[in-house]
Amino acid sequence: MAEPFIRIENLTKRFSISAGKRIRKTGFTAVNNVSLNIERGEVFGLVGESGCGKSTLSLLVLRLLEANGGAVYHGDTNILELPRRKMRRIRRDMQIVFQDPYDSLDPRFTLERIMNEPLQIHRWGTGAEREARIDELFAAVSLDKQQLKRYPHQLSGGQRQRLCIARSLALSPGFLVCDEAVSALDVSIQAQILNLLLDLKDEFGLTYLFISHNLAVVKFVSDRIGVMYFGKIVELADTDELFDNVLHPYTAALLSAVPDPDPFSEKKRDILPSGVPSLIDPPGGCAFHPRCKYAGERCARESPELRDAGRGHLVACHRLEC
Amino acid sequence: MSDGQRLLEIKDLRISFSVGEDTVRAVNGVSLTLDRGEALGVVGESGCGKSVTFSSVMGLLPSPPAVIEGEIVFDGRDVTKLSDRQMRRVRGKDIAMIFQEPMRSLNPVMRIGNQIVEALLLHGAVSRGQVWTRALELLKLVEVPDAPSRLHCYPHQLSGGLRQRIMIAMALASQPRILLADEPTTALDVTIQAQILELLKRVQRETGMSIVIITHDLGVVADIVDNVAVFYAGVIVEKADKYSLFRSPMHPYTIGLLNCIPTLQTKRKRLYVIEGNIPDPARLPIGCAFSPRCAYATERCLTEKPETRECAPGHFCACHLAGQIDPLNP
Repeated sequence: MAEPFIRIENLTKRFSISAGKRIRKTGFTAVNNVSLNIERGEVFGLVGESGCGKSTLSLLVLRLLEANGGAVYHGDTNILELPRRKMRRIRRDMQIVFQDPYDSLDPRFTLERIMNEPLQIHRWGTGAEREARIDELFAAVSLDKQQLKRYPHQLSGGQRQRLCIARSLALSPGFLVCDEAVSALDVSIQAQILNLLLDLKDEFGLTYLFISHNLAVVKFVSDRIGVMYFGKIVELADTDELFDNVLHPYTAALLSAVPDPDPFSEKKRDILPSGVPSLIDPPGGCAFHPRCKYAGERCARESPELRDAGRGHLVACHRLEC
Repeated sequence: MSDGQRLLEIKDLRISFSVGEDTVRAVNGVSLTLDRGEALGVVGESGCGKSVTFSSVMGLLPSPPAVIEGEIVFDGRDVTKLSDRQMRRVRGKDIAMIFQEPMRSLNPVMRIGNQIVEALLLHGAVSRGQVWTRALELLKLVEVPDAPSRLHCYPHQLSGGLRQRIMIAMALASQPRILLADEPTTALDVTIQAQILELLKRVQRETGMSIVIITHDLGVVADIVDNVAVFYAGVIVEKADKYSLFRSPMHPYTIGLLNCIPTLQTKRKRLYVIEGNIPDPARLPIGCAFSPRCAYATERCLTEKPETRECAPGHFCACHLAGQIDPLNP
C-alpha cells in the first residue's frame, strides 16, 4: 500500500468543564485514542450520532483545535508539532467546508471579497491572477460570476454552499474536510452538491474526509467508512465490505434506523434504547454496552480493542473475539 | 368517504405577503382534506408553502401582513373567520402543533413539569387536584424514562430526543383532534428519529387523532402516513395514498425527489438531479411553476398552468404530462 496521505495516530482530545458553584473541575474525552489512515484520492466517510466526536476529530486533523495527545501526519510531517508559520503554509493544502453555509460566510462581505480573502492571506498571485482564479473557481462550482458584487444573503442555500466549496478550493488544496456539508440542504440541492463534490474530486484530484450522520449519504460518496461512537472508532472498513458484512451492533442499529423512502419495505426497525450515555460520567467497559442487546458481563468490564476481522475490516466488539 | 369522517377541509387557500413593491405568493390555491384518524404526509422543499399553509390552519399567521383567501373548514367552522378569542379555544386544544427544534419551543427557565401542567390547566383538561397525576401519565405515554424525576428538570438538562417527547406530551395534553408535526425529526439523529416516528405512530393509533407530518424527507413519511401531498411553489402538485405515490409517481417533481435521495440501495455513481432552484415566490412563472426545472417541459407547460386531475383512482396530479413519464428512468 502506498504511503497514506493523512495518517492519524492515537489522537486524543479532552475538554474540561467547570460546573456548579463550587467549581468542581470535571472533563470528558471527546476523541479517544483514534488512529486511522486516509489514502490519497479516496473519500473517507465518518458517521456517528451527534456528540460522538466526529466534528472534534475533523478540527483536530486540521489543527483548528489543539490535541492533547497523538499525531497527525500529512505526508511525513507531524503537523501537530509544526511551528505556526510552517503550519500556515500547510493549511493551504487542507481545507474545510462546514454544515451551515450561512454561518461560515461574512454577511457584510461581497462574494468577491469572500473569494479573495484566502488568496490575499496566502499572498497568492497578482490582482489580475486572482481575478482569473476566481472566475475559474466559479466556473468549477457553476456559480455565475455576475454575482460577484452580491452579498451572501442574496444567494440561495445551495448557491451559498457552492460558494463555500469554491472558497475552500481557492488555494488548490489536496485535502478537503466536509463536515456535514450537505446536511442543511434540501434534498434536491443535496443531490446537486453531492454530484458537484464528486466531480471536483476527479477534476482536482482531491482527498476527502466526509463527515455526516446520514448513513445513506456517506455510503454514496465514500470509498471507506469509519463508524464513530463515543469518541472512538468502533468499526472501519471498505464501503462495500461494511454494508455487506456489518459486524458492530452499533453500526447495525444505525443502519436499521435509516428511514427508507419505500412504503413497501418490510424493514423491521431495530430501535435503540434512548440516549447516548453521558460523556462526563461514561459507562465502564464498552461505551455501547448500555444500549447493546448483545451486551454480556465482559462488555461492562472491559473496553474492546479495535481488531482486524479479516479483509481490513476493523471492529471493536467482544462478540467477535471468541 | 362520508362527510362525517371529514375533520379538516382546506378550500382553494391562497396566502400572499406584500414585501415592498412585490407580492410574495406563498400559497397559490391549495385544497386538501383530512379525515378522522388519517395520517397525512406533507412533503416539499423549503419555501414551498407547506409550513405557511399549516400555520394558517393554526391561526398563527397574523393578517395583515398576510393576505389569506379561501376557506379552512375545521369541524364545520371556517377558522379564517374566527375571532382571536374563538381561535384561542381551537388552537392548542383541538389542533396542536409541534415544531422542528424543541429547545426553541420550550421555556428555558421553567421546569418541564410546570410547562406541562400549564398546558393542562390552560385548556381545562383536568382539575387542579389531578393535574400532576395527568402530567406524569403523559410523560409515560411518550415513553420518557424515569418520568417522575424528569418533571423537575429544565429543558437544557434533557437531550434533543427527550425534549421532542416533552413537546409531544404537551401537545397531547388537551387531547387534540389534529396534531400538526412540522419537521418533528429533522433536528434529531437518525436513531432518535426512528424512536420519535415510532412513538408518533403508536400515539396516533391509540388516540385515534389525525396527524399531519410536514417534512422535506420522503423517507420519514413512507413509514407512518396513509396519504402524501407533495407541495411545490405553493401548490399541491401530487396527492395520493402512499403506496400509489411511491410506486407510480406521476409528477416530474415527485419523480425527481424520489430519485435524488441517496438510499442504502443507491448504486449509481451519480445522483439524479433536479436542476436549478425553486422559483422566487414574488416572480412565479406564468405556466407550470415547475417548468423551468422540468426536463420534460413543453411549450404548453410554459404558458398554461396545469389543472389538478384525478389521473388514477384517488391519485391527483397537476401536470400536463401526468402518466407519460417513466418513474424509474426519469
